[in-house]
Amino acid sequence: MSDFIKVSRDEIMDGKMERVLDFFRARSMWMLYYCTGCGAIELPPSMTSAFDMERFGLGPMATPRQADILLITGYISVKTLKRVIRSYEQMPDPKWVVGFGSCPVNGGIYWNSYATINQLEKYLPVDISIAGCMPRPQAVLDMFQKLKNMIQRGEAVGYKKYKLNYDWYKKNQDEVLNREEPVFREDELFSAPPEQISGEKITAGGNR
Amino acid sequence: MVIADFIPKNPGATLGFIVLTGIAAMAVGLLFMGIGRKLTARLQRRYGPPFWQSYIDVIKCFSRNSISHHYIMDLGSMMGLAGLLAAAMFVPVAGHLPFASTGPLIVILYLMPIGYLGMAMGVSASGNPLSAIGIGRALTLMVGYEVPFAVIMLSMIASFNTTGLLALHQIQQAGGWNLFTMPFGFIAAIIALQGMLAEKPFDTMIAPAEIASGPMVELSGKFLGMAFLQHAVAIFIETGIVVNLFLGGGRTIWEFLLKQFVLYMFAMALNGIYARYRVEQATRFLWFTAGSLAVVQLILNLLA
Repeated sequence: MSDFIKVSRDEIMDGKMERVLDFFRARSMWMLYYCTGCGAIELPPSMTSAFDMERFGLGPMATPRQADILLITGYISVKTLKRVIRSYEQMPDPKWVVGFGSCPVNGGIYWNSYATINQLEKYLPVDISIAGCMPRPQAVLDMFQKLKNMIQRGEAVGYKKYKLNYDWYKKNQDEVLNREEPVFREDELFSAPPEQISGEKITAGGNR
Repeated sequence: MVIADFIPKNPGATLGFIVLTGIAAMAVGLLFMGIGRKLTARLQRRYGPPFWQSYIDVIKCFSRNSISHHYIMDLGSMMGLAGLLAAAMFVPVAGHLPFASTGPLIVILYLMPIGYLGMAMGVSASGNPLSAIGIGRALTLMVGYEVPFAVIMLSMIASFNTTGLLALHQIQQAGGWNLFTMPFGFIAAIIALQGMLAEKPFDTMIAPAEIASGPMVELSGKFLGMAFLQHAVAIFIETGIVVNLFLGGGRTIWEFLLKQFVLYMFAMALNGIYARYRVEQATRFLWFTAGSLAVVQLILNLLA
């Protein structure tokens, strides 16, 4: 039930008829940017006169129903993850997810926080990610060009993967969202402080 | 007048003209929308999307899966487009109409709200509170711009004793544009047109940052494509009415389209430089400023 189902490239890629429509989809991408973290601040300069995203047919949309792309701009806390998943499932197919910055890739500077998730790919099918903290508007536009090419070749099929492996994604989501035991157990909090990777001692709960 | 007068002599050709007019109205509206987006971009010192971007957007919208919340939503969006297409049939394009009629302005102003009412019915069925707010604002704004337009219509009756757009077109072809003989009415019509097109400062019904694009909030895929087409047809009708009322209607189809284009670009330029009114401010402005200009014109026409 919980294994990730792998299929061959030809099976999951868009067919020839779909690719005619993909031509138009690639040239008119409307995005919903989810202001979870600091990444959203890089989008206004990409949209306005300096970098002008609209010349590629990209534009911001107000609701998940109208949008094609879900931009995850920055870190995702566990509370936000619930809302992100709900927004994603409200979007009609075909839809794409973009991981923005290093936090959705590997946790970024929040990698050891109890409140955030580290790998977005375990919870939602990410089509393309940009590294950087923060990625500059040039990198954002470059990413959109790459995504456009992927859509046009029929390779951006994250939404199909999500349908195919729904059980796997759901299990991962439930592990985080329906977590019942506390992240820090009481004996961990008040016993000897754990060692960090560098070996430096930290004082967990020292301020209490 | 007997029923036989209403049966067209050549039903095949009439049907062809009707379909052609509908497609042309949508195509022209979408083209104007695309060029309008380019103009807005240039006003903001951006490069802007290509002028065919609106066609791509509509095709993309129709290629996506869509979520219907109720069968009323399906019916509502079709009713909206159908009402506006029906209104487009009565707008004379350089004196040409798809079937024999006088281009009656009262019928057009009666059919146009069907577009809004269909939209209201459709999006209310989605149950989203933001779309209900948006529709409330759209209908309030309609009350706003119908008043100056009704007064302009009365001044047309006072001067020419007709509300047929075809007759007004012919009168202006013979005796000069109404723009020069009734300037106050023209300014009132321009303000009312801005409200009809729902461009700034009268875009309270859309207001993406405030009520998340209002009526369109739950529209996905094909419904959004239908909303795009509705707006395209609305652009064609509304600019077409003002061209026929004040700008002489045009001798050829190209002249007519050019005048429509200039009017729409003027509206988009205003859209680019103004901020948004609240809905009560917008209605007050339309009633008192545009309305009093139209009343001044009516009094002048009655005295003349």
